[in-house]
Amino acid sequence: MRLLTHNMLASNARGAVTGYPLKLQVVKWSTKEAEPNPEFLRGMLPKIDWPALVAATQALGLPELLPEAPPTDAELSAEGAAADEGSALRRLHRALLEIHIEEGALVCPDTDRCFPISRGVPNMLLHEDEVRN
Amino acid sequence: MKLKQLEGLLGDLQQFTAPKVELEQYATGPHIASRMLYTAENSFDDITGKVVADFGCGCGTLSVASSLLDAEHVVGIDIDPQSLELAQENAADLELDIDLIQCDIKNLNLRGLLVDSVVMNPPFGTSRKGADMEFISMGLKVATRAVYSLHKTSTREHIKKVALRNCNAISAEVLCELRYNLPRTYKFHKQNEVDIAVDFWRFVPRARDEGSTASSVTNLKQRRMHR
Repeated sequence: MRLLTHNMLASNARGAVTGYPLKLQVVKWSTKEAEPNPEFLRGMLPKIDWPALVAATQALGLPELLPEAPPTDAELSAEGAAADEGSALRRLHRALLEIHIEEGALVCPDTDRCFPISRGVPNMLLHEDEVRN
Repeated sequence: MKLKQLEGLLGDLQQFTAPKVELEQYATGPHIASRMLYTAENSFDDITGKVVADFGCGCGTLSVASSLLDAEHVVGIDIDPQSLELAQENAADLELDIDLIQCDIKNLNLRGLLVDSVVMNPPFGTSRKGADMEFISMGLKVATRAVYSLHKTSTREHIKKVALRNCNAISAEVLCELRYNLPRTYKFHKQNEVDIAVDFWRFVPRARDEGSTASSVTNLKQRRMHR
């Protein structure tokens, strides 16, 4: 599971108010390079919940990867941003699409219900008595 | 990528070895899957560079097809762990990055406007009545651009009515009628092979406000009761 997926996923267990953002607990993660798509990233930025993304990178032990405030469109559009490893564009790309959570858990912020991540796949299944009516 | 090439790659995927009847697990054949995704991209521009979710992804055929057509981010969702393992192997064999989530579609909670398109070959609601409408309802809550799906032609009028009236679709269109060739999958099947008529649908969701969340299908159920 990558952090773009984490940014959209919420808990739906009984008792959850928004169930979002899920607290990330990481045991093992990996990086896999992917081709950055500047147009996609610029379109995605306004839809991203920035504090949730920053919290996820902090949970990974990467507090330097993203700034506290989201980059501006001008920063993402800066000339040569796609080729420059340290650019705001490449950092956003790395955070959203190159980091894979392999083992760990997602914890509902409202109920503390823990959803394990095993071999890269979060298990969001609910028991019958946890389903909202 | 050419259609024939896409179909060829999908033809090499591993399929269910022990399909589960209660989940109506039937493989989406390479012929149908390639045409579904090819149409979604070439006629409507809904796949390449987009975020695509595959509901009830099974062994991942539609996820893989989306990824092969250069969807920027693909999320396959299924309730069944064995299916997800197969989907993972299929994606790995083709060196594709596909995120997978184990979840019951009716309890899925995906935030906001991040998913562009939903693709699915859902249960037809034969084993568990209403399963098909749960998938459509959730698809229309999650997708911002379109939902692509397959349903039995015999349920066409019902699906159109419910999608427009209860599931927030502004349009529900059958793009074409297909022959879905079902090999004998389960013991209760009497014939070795049967062709059923299946519609290939495109649903367009009503525009939503930012911050809205897709929660469960309770709204649909409530509206049904109030009718």
